[in-house]
Amino acid sequence: MLSIVIIFLLISVYLYCLLGGADFGAGIIELFTGKTKKERVKDLVTNAMAPIWEANHMWVIITVVILFMAFPGIYTQVSISLYIPLIILLIGVVLRGTAFTFRHYDAVHDHSQVIYSRIFAVSSLLVSFFFGLIIGALVSGKITVNPTSYFEGYLHPWINLFSISTGIFICSLFAFIASVFLVSESTDQDTRELLVKQAKLNTAIMVLSGAMVFIFSFIEGVDFAQRFFRHPASIAAIILATIALPFLWRILNKGLIWTSRIIAGAQLFFILAAFYFIYFPEVILLKEGSNISLYNAAAPDSTLKVLGWALIIGSFIIFPTLFYLFKVFKIDRSSP
Amino acid sequence: MDNLLAARSTMAITLGFHIILACIGMTMPFLMVISHWIWIRKKKKIYLDLTKTWSRGVAIFFAIGAVSGTALSFELGLLWPGFMKYAGPIIGMPFSWEGTAFFVEAICIGLFLYGWKKLSPYIHWISGLLVGVSGILSGIFVVSANAWMNAPAGFDWINGQAYNIRPFEAMFNPAWISESLHMSIAALEATSFGVAGIHAILLLKKHNYEIHKKAVIIALSFGSIFAVLQPLSGDHSAKDIAVRQPEKLAAVEGLFQTQKNAPLTIGGIPDAQNQETHLGIKIPGLLSFLAFGDFDAEVKGLNEFPPENRPPVVIVHIAFQVMVACGFFLAAVGIIFWLMRWKWKEHLFSKWFLYLAAISTPLGFLAVEAGWTVTEVGRQPWIIYNFIKTADSVTPVPGQIFHLSVFVIIYLILTIVAIWLMKRQIRALNESQEEEVD
Ligand code: HDD
Ligand code: HEM
Ligand code: HEM
Repeated sequence: MLSIVIIFLLISVYLYCLLGGADFGAGIIELFTGKTKKERVKDLVTNAMAPIWEANHMWVIITVVILFMAFPGIYTQVSISLYIPLIILLIGVVLRGTAFTFRHYDAVHDHSQVIYSRIFAVSSLLVSFFFGLIIGALVSGKITVNPTSYFEGYLHPWINLFSISTGIFICSLFAFIASVFLVSESTDQDTRELLVKQAKLNTAIMVLSGAMVFIFSFIEGVDFAQRFFRHPASIAAIILATIALPFLWRILNKGLIWTSRIIAGAQLFFILAAFYFIYFPEVILLKEGSNISLYNAAAPDSTLKVLGWALIIGSFIIFPTLFYLFKVFKIDRSSP
Repeated sequence: MDNLLAARSTMAITLGFHIILACIGMTMPFLMVISHWIWIRKKKKIYLDLTKTWSRGVAIFFAIGAVSGTALSFELGLLWPGFMKYAGPIIGMPFSWEGTAFFVEAICIGLFLYGWKKLSPYIHWISGLLVGVSGILSGIFVVSANAWMNAPAGFDWINGQAYNIRPFEAMFNPAWISESLHMSIAALEATSFGVAGIHAILLLKKHNYEIHKKAVIIALSFGSIFAVLQPLSGDHSAKDIAVRQPEKLAAVEGLFQTQKNAPLTIGGIPDAQNQETHLGIKIPGLLSFLAFGDFDAEVKGLNEFPPENRPPVVIVHIAFQVMVACGFFLAAVGIIFWLMRWKWKEHLFSKWFLYLAAISTPLGFLAVEAGWTVTEVGRQPWIIYNFIKTADSVTPVPGQIFHLSVFVIIYLILTIVAIWLMKRQIRALNESQEEEVD
């Protein structure tokens, strides 16, 4: 049962990065769009996201529920050591969701729209950054169970160059996914070109910040790079993600909507797979040298059995309805 | 303010905020689909307008509910790691089912709000109904997690560790029926009266549009059923805690000494120092009767419990009085409403009745907050009743006061903005109705 629970955990993380990530990325793109085109991008983002964003963000809740039920040791240690970035993340989540909805539903369209947009866009960036930062912090080997000072216990695990570079990497990754996803939602040539440009720009940032992750891991004494080169599978995954890029460009230019989306999804998959090969089953690397893993923090069998079945049964309910939702609002529309 | 107190206050504020939205999210979809049903059947445009108006409310409140709920699922760990460490594996199951229910809810709300032109009317209607049904289900699931904190079950506690975890037993713990029944009814009651009250206020303000009248009728017809049921369900809850958590009942009643033929105290201020409750009307024997069905039954007082295990009696007692007062008031309004509908239909929208409805607007929500204060403060000093103390499970991270301040500020701003948005919605609605009259 443990493996079934882990599979669901991985699926939820992947789907959250893909669907939630596309949502966050949409906000980031809006943030970095020039004044003249802002209005158009905003409408595009709103129309693309509105029917599905609530559902997209459910994956994080499923992830959290799996964590606290099946891996309480991970959940509580993260809650303690990464307390501050988590709070900032939550503030971002609260502001972002409400600003998005308020912007869409406000009965009067006046100056307040600008404020909602600002909050929505800035908090999208904030949430993505801290999401990435938290992931980096987990494996930075700076989390400790017995802190001797406030700095060591609650600040150092996340205030370091390595975590910051993973934060930037995730921002560009999300923006990249969003731009590929949004291209097909837009109907006018101008916006399409803008988004393709964004996708390329974000690829460049992604490559740069990806390199930074490696460099800073050396500087910060994080064993990320060493581990990476020890795992052929993760090297292969990253190579696959990179060679997919040129294909993606061709296809984007040709306007093959679903193929480009699937390729972007596959690239995300490869990147996460690389992470998986490097670390699985470890989740938190401790300063003490030991780790908290999906194996050593797992809840007793009776709990896992119940959760596993709940997830299996739940997925029979969720996946068909979710598919129906996407069919109504995404598939039926994009096929003319 | 020390860390523990700050953490408790943060928990209380975030939950107190979330529960309002949860109530709305559990109830508004039902009001919406009732109106939608009438529209599908009678094709009177006014019902379509009402459905759409309400659905915009659902969308706005649902989003705030969803983000505050997401915050909560992290906060349980952020504030009480010493609790979640044990509680997660034992009581995670209802949360995992709740996750499924939320998912269905989030999907269906997308379908309902944006599916007007894309779905057939009946599928569309069903998607709206499912929003409400899964809302109620998710409410039942979380509350059963809370019930477990009051009536822990499904594990063996050996040397400070939980063994032999039995998740089903934990979820279907002795308190889950009384709590989730009472909570579900509370949500349906509070929101219906809230909605009816707002439309009544608009009518009083001379926005004399038919749509507000229809809204009042739908909301009160629905809500009054639950208003009448709620005191019965509350009585069931009280009988339940009399057996399960006698110190909670003693605090609720401000009963300091164990006694037979115990009186029911209405109102009054408990005085923990002198061990008695001042003022208040005491009805001899009634508490014994209500708790155990026998006027001579013995009811345990706070003196039976060591001082460090007694809940804060003043808050709990006052909160209980507030809840019960609201409960009987709303039940009375509900009964009056039906009398008027049957016998004096022409006076249904007379001023005095609209005033009654208007006064009721916040009372259900007030009762919900008060009720949760009874349940949660009445459980203190325990976080898991009789097993783990709240003080032992609080996070070791210092500086909780900042966390508290930030969330107070954010939720305050959100509340203000949400009210302001509602006002703008209402103004837009009134203007659109005006055009139609012209
Ligand atoms: C509309 C809201 C509302 C109304 C009118 C009432 N209640 Fe209530 N009450 C709640 C809303 C609520 C609640 C917020 O939903 C609580 C908190 C936890 C729970 O299960 O329900 C609650 C808890 C609660 C408890 C504690 C249960 C426990 O700790 O397990 C008792 C004994 C009562 N109620 C009794 C009553 C009585 C005798 C009422 C008579 C009119 C009443 N309530 C009206
Ligand atoms: C939404 C309605 C709820 C409200 C308004 C509410 C209210 C409160 C209040 C006032 C406190 C502080 C008590 C004190 O410290 O004196 C508290 C504590 C707490 N509640 Fe609730 N509660 C609600 C539901 C729940 C649910 C459903 C759960 C769990 C599944 C829960 C879990 C907790 C925990 C873990 C604490 C902190 C520990 C403690 O103080 O005992 N609550 N809540
Ligand atoms: C008595 C207490 C509670 C009740 C009755 C309740 C009920 C609800 C309902 C009906 C919703 C749907 C959203 C809406 O309509 O606004 C919701 C949202 C949510 N609640 Fe609560 N809740 C309670 C407490 C909690 C607690 C303690 C947690 C944290 C563990 C929590 C986590 C969530 C989450 C994650 C969401 C968002 C789900 C979504 O997007 O649909 N809730 N809650």
